[in-house]
Amino acid sequence: MNLHEYQGKSILESFGVAIQRGVVVDNAEEAVAKAKELSANTGTEWFVVKAQIHAGGRGKGIVTETQSNGVVLAKGIDHVEEKVKGILGGHLVTAQTNEQGKKVNKVLIAEDVYYPGESEPSEFYMSVLLDRESEQNIIMYSTEGGMDIETVAEETPHLIFKEAVDPRVGLQGFQARRIAFNLGLSGQAFKQMTKFVYALYSAYEGCDASMFEINPVLKTSDDKIIAVDSKVTLDDNALFRHKDYAAMRDVTEEDPTEVEAGEAGLNYVNLDGNVGCMVNGAGLAMATMDIIKLSGGNPANFLDVGGTADAERVEKAFRIILKDPNVKAILVNIFGGIVRCDRVAQGIVDAYKNMGEIPVPIIVRLQGTNAEEAKKLIDESGLNVHSAVLLQEAADLVSKVLK
Amino acid sequence: MSVLVNKDSKIIVQGFTGGEGTFHAGQMIEYGSNVVGGVTPGKGGQTHLDRPVFNTVEDAVKETGADVTIIFVPPAFAADAIMEAANAGIKVIITITEGIPVADMIRAKDYISAFDCRLIGPNCPGVITADEAKVGIMPGFIFKKGNIGIVSKSGTLTYEAADQVVKAGLGITTAIGIGGDPIIGTTTKEAVELLMADPDTHGIIMIGEIGGNLEAKAAAWIKENGTKPVVGFIAGETAPKGRTMGHAGAIVGGEDDTAEAKKRIMRECGIHVVDSPAEIGTKMAEVMGVNA
Repeated sequence: MNLHEYQGKSILESFGVAIQRGVVVDNAEEAVAKAKELSANTGTEWFVVKAQIHAGGRGKGIVTETQSNGVVLAKGIDHVEEKVKGILGGHLVTAQTNEQGKKVNKVLIAEDVYYPGESEPSEFYMSVLLDRESEQNIIMYSTEGGMDIETVAEETPHLIFKEAVDPRVGLQGFQARRIAFNLGLSGQAFKQMTKFVYALYSAYEGCDASMFEINPVLKTSDDKIIAVDSKVTLDDNALFRHKDYAAMRDVTEEDPTEVEAGEAGLNYVNLDGNVGCMVNGAGLAMATMDIIKLSGGNPANFLDVGGTADAERVEKAFRIILKDPNVKAILVNIFGGIVRCDRVAQGIVDAYKNMGEIPVPIIVRLQGTNAEEAKKLIDESGLNVHSAVLLQEAADLVSKVLK
Repeated sequence: MSVLVNKDSKIIVQGFTGGEGTFHAGQMIEYGSNVVGGVTPGKGGQTHLDRPVFNTVEDAVKETGADVTIIFVPPAFAADAIMEAANAGIKVIITITEGIPVADMIRAKDYISAFDCRLIGPNCPGVITADEAKVGIMPGFIFKKGNIGIVSKSGTLTYEAADQVVKAGLGITTAIGIGGDPIIGTTTKEAVELLMADPDTHGIIMIGEIGGNLEAKAAAWIKENGTKPVVGFIAGETAPKGRTMGHAGAIVGGEDDTAEAKKRIMRECGIHVVDSPAEIGTKMAEVMGVNA
């Protein structure tokens, strides 16, 4: 589950990670009062107004309605309302969104942390994630903060460092020191960085994250180390023990059809092809998408109906697939094992009749227990449904109906 | 010979009396698997499916001599169940449970590394040795006995492959579902190694999917050590980058874990890779010199 910057920061702060402080608003009217409160607490005179959406590249992104960037500086309290109005409620288009952009429902008004002082501020990159190969969490960091890390990896890979954490003993002091040294820090900034790294890693474990990306981590001109941005992804499978974090889910950031499918217990991912599919099992579902492509179509979705495929579930799946106007055909591919194919076939026939006329051809491939009976049931139903037993037959039928 | 489980395996079921455990233990017994008992904490002393229930895996091992376990425990408690099994001396720990937190699996896998045991899964269909033992949730009748071993990250795609193999005139020795999570006990390479060493297995089918580098590692091992033909398929050629496709581990992160990249590496290592999942069985028959 992805979080907004402000939500991620609140989790980090609760584990003792120093952050750029801010206030969240969802209407321009309260922006000035909230900004004043922030000033009173932090002493900041300038403010950074940041759009809260689940996509990167906000700083360079453009709000369609106002042409404002997604992250802007307000040089004084008098400019806050105007800057907030330029972003809030608009659609922000960034390198990571589609061309419609994402609607901005909340903005974060944050303190200005790039104030002048004894030394120059400097930016670093830091992330925590699972390294699947070593099966350990790693802290990945770089002196090249504030930039796209994929660009850094391509152009200057020697400036990216990794520190693996042994699950048995956790992050050790020498590791935190090595990170701070490798980032070229000394004195007070060095001490602050070791504290930062410790707190960050304990937050990662404590909230069952699957990814933290802090870009940039800032050394301020007075040698504080703070998280200026936060990209936090939590492990969906661990949300059962973090009810407070689970409540942070913002469904407006997700594809509405995917949300609806999820509520019905269907694992659905919307894609941009022309052949919908409904399959039992994730691996077979991916393989079915692949065979649609090989048959001259493009998959319109991934959909795993799971172990049960009764009439109610099949109907729900059909309705979800058909919400996509690009769907020209639907391929149902069920390998019945414990679930008998004739039961599934009956479910398909019932769902079809219940829905009235389905506007696109349906290809049903049922294999496994009672596959022949299932084929017969479908063939004799009189519906606009093509049946197959072998996967190759199903693929050929897809080619045929697309012509 | 066979791999991991056979007719002499003494199998217990963790989460024996729950809905999933009851149903699938019943199916396993019907198949002929030697299920000697089960574990449900607090229900020790009872009898379930005509077999004894124990409070702990330790008790079950002591009383029955069990050496294989299958775990149906809910995700919140599954890592604990895996560690309990290892601690009690179980040799083969097959974990069906889907949805175990990654942090729990990091700890559990690290813990069991100190014991002489093998973990299969989690988030897998289990292991079946045709006509001997089904320790999993797969439909047993598809797996006609023969000389082909299967290693797969996916459940229904394993059934699909087994069915195609049988229709092509071949049969199965052992099918190993290794699971679709980011952290799993037995890797593709380790499962392939087991099948390479099994004299009854004459050919191997390796089914992978997007995400991670398990298939690439297995391919490199096969190139150096392979003695039997291997047919491969990778699901997810059409999956978009950065989206999880059902299995928690099925997500393209970079350039190296796409289906295309994996298939290229596998081909370079001498594996007979098919692009269409409908051609797994016919390709295997072709390389084995069998006419379907």
